[in-house]
Amino acid sequence: MFSAARQSVLRQARIQLRRAQPSAIPQYSAIARLLSTLAVLEQRDGKLNVASLAAVTAGAKLGGSVTAFVAGSGVKAVADEAAKAKGIEKVIYVENSAYDRGLPENFAPLLVENIKKGGYTHVFAGHSAFGKNLMPRVAALMDTQQISDITHIESEDTFVRPIYAGNAILTVQSSDGTKIITVRGTAFPAPETEGGSAAVEEGVDPKAESTTEWVSEDLAKSDRPDLGSADKVVSGGRGLKSKEEFDRLMPPLADALGAAIGASRAAVDSGFADNSLQVGQTGKNVAPQLYLCAGISGAIQHLAGMKDSKVIAAINKDGDAPIFQVADVGLVGDLFEKVPELTEKLKSQ
Amino acid sequence: MSGLRILVPVKRVIDYAVKPRVNRTQTGVDTNVKHSMNPFDELSIEEAVRLRERKTPVQEILAFSAGPAKSADIIRTAMAMGADRGIHVQCNEGEELEPLGVAKLLKKVVEGEKSDLVILGKQSIDDDAAQTGQMLAGLLGWSQATQASKVQIEGDSVTVVREVDGGVETLKAKLPMVITTDLRLNEPRYASLPNIMKAKKKPLEKKTLKDYGLDTAPRLKTVKVTEPPARKGGVKVDDVDGMISKLKELGAL
Repeated sequence: MFSAARQSVLRQARIQLRRAQPSAIPQYSAIARLLSTLAVLEQRDGKLNVASLAAVTAGAKLGGSVTAFVAGSGVKAVADEAAKAKGIEKVIYVENSAYDRGLPENFAPLLVENIKKGGYTHVFAGHSAFGKNLMPRVAALMDTQQISDITHIESEDTFVRPIYAGNAILTVQSSDGTKIITVRGTAFPAPETEGGSAAVEEGVDPKAESTTEWVSEDLAKSDRPDLGSADKVVSGGRGLKSKEEFDRLMPPLADALGAAIGASRAAVDSGFADNSLQVGQTGKNVAPQLYLCAGISGAIQHLAGMKDSKVIAAINKDGDAPIFQVADVGLVGDLFEKVPELTEKLKSQ
Repeated sequence: MSGLRILVPVKRVIDYAVKPRVNRTQTGVDTNVKHSMNPFDELSIEEAVRLRERKTPVQEILAFSAGPAKSADIIRTAMAMGADRGIHVQCNEGEELEPLGVAKLLKKVVEGEKSDLVILGKQSIDDDAAQTGQMLAGLLGWSQATQASKVQIEGDSVTVVREVDGGVETLKAKLPMVITTDLRLNEPRYASLPNIMKAKKKPLEKKTLKDYGLDTAPRLKTVKVTEPPARKGGVKVDDVDGMISKLKELGAL
């Protein structure tokens, strides 16, 4: 049936092409109509994680219809909220507290059932802790080779992603029937969360048991903007010398700018800052308007996480530090003098 | 239980300190450079060895790698760190495996070796895919705990603290299971010279992909590999005022 529909759409497109002047547009829209994306959204305690709408943005860029998916307890409200986001045709929700923690042992079978039912050509999720944990399991269950952390969509089957800590950019073409993909949030900014009016529908629930049990969590509390999506990020490295100095210098600077706080691996490993603040290949990827860093030398693993920032500013006492090769604005000097001075001058403006 | 049979897959990658260069034909990166064990895999081996040192009953630690002939060196390193024996599946030119292929291969190894705990790195620093462990867990139908920063095993009960966005969470599961390691899990040891010598005598089994009879044909085709767009060289300013005015000029403030 599907192939019959496909043929008739193609035939229509061909007729249109013959009738009108040859143009790429009708043909493209005919193909786009055959593409259907499932965008996997994240929720926590009945609140939509807006950053996870990046999956919707990716689906919209691809063309074709975008269906969003969310599961957990009390997710009808989340589904209604997501339905207002632009670019979504339909939201499918599965109400079951077993999915609250996003445990892949039962969430993966749940997704597989809903993917099969909807016959989607593409499944997108954010390359977040949730997406990284879940999607490869889904891909394996569907016998599909996942494509991780894409930054660009070339076509329906061709995608671009950084490899080697961002030192090379790979364009890759998939031959799998269903493409399972995680997207880099900073490359696909979330759509507007108002103005859409998607249909909301209940999905299928295979009710698989999870073989792992969620025990507890310990999340760093912060009133500052979220590191992954902040407009401005200030980041500190080994040069801050101690946790006391990190806590004395970085938060006031962040507050003066309204910025999120990040850190290099060296700073995290030395205990100056929490693990969740790490920016780099093995931490978070950020691409803010302004990335202002102090006491960071600029190892390739760190650059991997921030070199897509719009403007990079660096303060470092070593004028030969590699960070200055990527910084738009560099200041060679002692951060213990420069950072407080900068904080004061920004505040007084 | 007679003791854990731990499988630790390791991968030979371009050394983390080397800046990879894209080759002229845009088919990949120049691989004629220093290679070493994927840093996350060092953490896996270390954790397996520490489990044994913490008196968790461990029957054996099996190091595994699939890759070119030189991957055998990486298995020797794992054995010098404390793995008991190794299996090397030699892949020839054109037999490169994708994460799904590796996961299928590892499933066969797990079944053949009756492993009940697999510890992998959370990602390899070449492909940055972060998939193999989760895929293996899915294929086996086992529990998974990714990005582990703490692992505790009592009997057949495993408690794992894992790093998530914004903090950590704690999971509990029963063996058998798959764990992937995060940076904070431990500090890998250096292989001492006597241990390197001893590792040369430990058994290392050679296999080929054919021995496992798997279809591991790649699903993805590399269209091209390019250099990332270079950032334009910036300016250095003399003082804080200069920095502020330059940032304003660039529209960042």
